[in-house]
Amino acid sequence: MKKLINVTINDKEYEVAVSPNQTLVDLIRNDLELTGTKKGCELGDCGSCTVIMDGKPVNSCLVLAVQANGKKITTIEGVATDEGLHPIQAAFVEHGAIQCGFCSPGMILSGKSLLESNLAPTELEIRTAISGNLCRCTGYQKIVEAIKDVSEKGRKTI
Amino acid sequence: MLLPKFEYHEPLTVDEACRILGELGRKAKLLAGGTDLIVNMKKKVLSPTHVVSLSGIRDLKGLDSANGTVKLGACLTASEIAQSETLQKLFSALSKGAASLGSPLIRNLATVAGNLVSARPAADFPPPLLAYGAQVVLVKSSGERVVPLADFFKGPGQTVMDPDELLTQIILTKPPAGSGAGYFKLGLRKTLEISLTNAAAYLSLDPDGTIKTARIFLGSVAPTPLRSPSAEKVLTGEKPGEALFERAGEAAAGDSKPIDDFRASADYKKAMVAVLTKRALNMAFQEANAS
Repeated sequence: MKKLINVTINDKEYEVAVSPNQTLVDLIRNDLELTGTKKGCELGDCGSCTVIMDGKPVNSCLVLAVQANGKKITTIEGVATDEGLHPIQAAFVEHGAIQCGFCSPGMILSGKSLLESNLAPTELEIRTAISGNLCRCTGYQKIVEAIKDVSEKGRKTI
Repeated sequence: MLLPKFEYHEPLTVDEACRILGELGRKAKLLAGGTDLIVNMKKKVLSPTHVVSLSGIRDLKGLDSANGTVKLGACLTASEIAQSETLQKLFSALSKGAASLGSPLIRNLATVAGNLVSARPAADFPPPLLAYGAQVVLVKSSGERVVPLADFFKGPGQTVMDPDELLTQIILTKPPAGSGAGYFKLGLRKTLEISLTNAAAYLSLDPDGTIKTARIFLGSVAPTPLRSPSAEKVLTGEKPGEALFERAGEAAAGDSKPIDDFRASADYKKAMVAVLTKRALNMAFQEANAS
């Protein structure tokens, strides 16, 4: 039997009926058509389905849609504003940290969460923060440089 | 990858959860962080017809520290435990174990009780919790019991829990002054790794500096987390030091019973038990000296 849930995604409130065996990533991609969130391994190993739930990045393939009831979620679609790309997105573009793009939504959300709690992360902290997100193209170096660049620029403006 | 069909329950209290478990028994599975259960359901290893989510029960998320005792709520996540300053100060080896589990994304979901109940031989929470002498509270409708964690594991995936029981709390006693602990995990990489072996050590020193109590627990070298009585015997009553820790490491390796598998040979794991035990002891001793 489907259950009715209320969930806030990218500051928009949704009331949707979900099946108990539906995962959060399927709700986001199939029902809400927010296909920026990717689906890779579906077992919590690759991080391509990363979303921020109540302030913390999680694998949305391991969360049931019903468990998202009452939660606040940010997907990659909620990161840019009307004024343009979020600084971390701009840095990814600038540094060539995006190649095929499949890991980018997850990488950006993991990087964004890190910077929200730690304005001046060390390289080790950056590498740890993105260690649950796999990238098969970049070799990670440019991703790390992009996140580091945002943290340094961010510090200058504060 | 589709999940099998099931009915979903979301009790708001421990009593209600116990009542549901009492009615459904083995047909139901408890859902805490989901990082094991959902994966096993997707792989069709488990196909429960009922899933009972614990995320609505506030009582299971507390961290209470009072009167020399620290009580961990079952549903505290690995990242909450790793980041807790209280726990970093009092139970550093536990914080280290929590920070070693899965990946940052997994740690934001995975719970401490889930890690214990899954009872995987290589799990990161059991060795440090065992070294600190933790106890677990098991509750069902007809009452509750407190079980030492040392008596909890029965085999891979097997515990002493009844199908209608719920692990609600982990009880730790604050270590006395002059004590310390350490945890080391060995893997081929740092994240999303299943330990080749892991080791936790706890030392409590007498005022004259001799070792009063030593507890050594090893992971991934037996069907359940393994205590090393031989290493503890080597240590107890002796003055701590590099040579003693070396001998204790060798004794721990002697007690371990690893198997050859695709991760590493049994011989290699045994050799690494000696190294990790020694390192964990060094760390425990440093902490004991500083406390």
